[in-house]
Amino acid sequence: MSALTREETEALIQEVLEVYPEKARKDREKHLAVNDQSIEQSKKCITSNRKSLPGVMTVRGCAYAGSKGVVWGPIKDMIHISHGPVGCGQYSRAGRRNYYVGTTGINTFGTMNFTSDFQEKDIVFGGDKKLAKLITEIELLFPLNKGISVQSECPIGLIGDDIEAVSKKAAKEIDKPVVPVRCEGFRGVSQSLGHHIANDAIRDWVLPRRDTQEFAGTPYDVAVIGDYNIGGDAWSSRILLEEMGLRVIAQWSGDGTIAEMEMTPNAKLNLIHCYRSMNYIARHMEEKYSIPWMEYNFFGPTKVAESLRAIAAHFDDKIKEGAERVIAKYQAMMDEIIAKYKPRLQGKRVMLYVGGLRPRHVIGAYEDLGMEVVGTGYEFGHNDDYDRTIKDMGNATLIYDDVTGFEFEEFVKRVKPDLIGSGIKEKYIFQKMGVPFRQMHSWDYSGPYHGYDGFAIFARDMDMTINNPCWGKMIAPWLKPAEAETLKAAA
Amino acid sequence: MANIMIQRSAKGDYVFYLPKRDLEDAIVSMEFDTPEKWGGEIRLNNGGSYYIEPQKAPAKLPISLRARRLDAAE
Repeated sequence: MSALTREETEALIQEVLEVYPEKARKDREKHLAVNDQSIEQSKKCITSNRKSLPGVMTVRGCAYAGSKGVVWGPIKDMIHISHGPVGCGQYSRAGRRNYYVGTTGINTFGTMNFTSDFQEKDIVFGGDKKLAKLITEIELLFPLNKGISVQSECPIGLIGDDIEAVSKKAAKEIDKPVVPVRCEGFRGVSQSLGHHIANDAIRDWVLPRRDTQEFAGTPYDVAVIGDYNIGGDAWSSRILLEEMGLRVIAQWSGDGTIAEMEMTPNAKLNLIHCYRSMNYIARHMEEKYSIPWMEYNFFGPTKVAESLRAIAAHFDDKIKEGAERVIAKYQAMMDEIIAKYKPRLQGKRVMLYVGGLRPRHVIGAYEDLGMEVVGTGYEFGHNDDYDRTIKDMGNATLIYDDVTGFEFEEFVKRVKPDLIGSGIKEKYIFQKMGVPFRQMHSWDYSGPYHGYDGFAIFARDMDMTINNPCWGKMIAPWLKPAEAETLKAAA
Repeated sequence: MANIMIQRSAKGDYVFYLPKRDLEDAIVSMEFDTPEKWGGEIRLNNGGSYYIEPQKAPAKLPISLRARRLDAAE
């Protein structure tokens, strides 16, 4: 099926909107758009970062998810207390596959769940005493932890516990950083505010801790910010930077440690991969420590090469040569992969609906494989994300913000993409509809997808999904006799 | 009053950033732009305008400031 024209796409949006009641239609209309590359500012065509409509199916998370799950959770040598009832921590435990090196339970704690397990009496009488006791117990049982963060769940804000006071007192007692984070789930419209709150907590409680300490720096120190090491992403990015001669002094926050974070103000350049969740801290460091920052994109060889050159442009000739050397070194490997998979994937059409940076960053990787992204959208993006997306997307493609379950299904039925990249909540619906699907949040338990090594895995995974023989067997044999007979007759 | 940040873009123009709303936009005009007197009414590319108390030009950018909204774009 050929691509939809602008008029057809606009008609499709109107058709999908028709089922809503008047008020809901008006609201949803602002979140759906047809891409127009001539528009400079996204807010002229799309509204984002607004409260989801009650009654529609949204896949957004909460502020706690943004803080504990995304920003703080991967810091491996800290213990992150899910302060409140047990469920929030338990059901989000280790689901994001932030890989790390270390011995879990001894010096790293990434996949463990620590919670204050609130009961009725804690809601009635307050949970501060319990928190203080919990911190003492943690220190006794896990003495090699390098710090503690208190991630508030909804009740903490509702009952007004003073976690800051408890944290300050406990920090003195155990002589380690104890960071209270006010990321109650009800704050904001999505996990995006949780990222912001987490960034602010890092700014206030972590970064200034070693401001006066000496640091043996080099002119080539950089920090990788906003890479959560999902399936090893940060590792496959880091080796490229190191190969071109840079020194990575901190990884935020996948496989990261609190010591690295405290030393980040010594970097010469901050490299931002996930702009959405970490731009706040980069802006802060630019102001306070005069560290410039730049966004980069390590999905697909074209974008990797582009990014490596852009990063090298901030440094001297040695690094520039290093970048060229790295690009040349991997070129043969990339050509081989593209030669192998491009013929199998050429012309396939993809619809994406993810969060953070991926709705725009992975477009380049698909294009390297000869595929086309025909629809994209963010769960919790803001206007600045859409500003950056418009240029990357083709004209007359669909853009949807905080898309509802119904809208997404209708779009897929009409646009008929060959592949959908979204999350676990969408996966089985679309697979049952017979559409190949990849989880683009967690790389469908595969990965890494970043860097040159990641692209090899990315290409294989996309091929394995789209060209899987199971998609030709979606109709039960007893339901298609008529068709089979006509085929026989034709033969 | 809102907390805003003013920085320079790669091209050297002023860029306005409002963290609370993730609004990042170019500044088209600033009332006073001399080392002694800097600030006043600023106009954004999106049509909005803000007012910063005139002050000495900051030694380095970016800088966080308090600004009053005169006219929002939306």
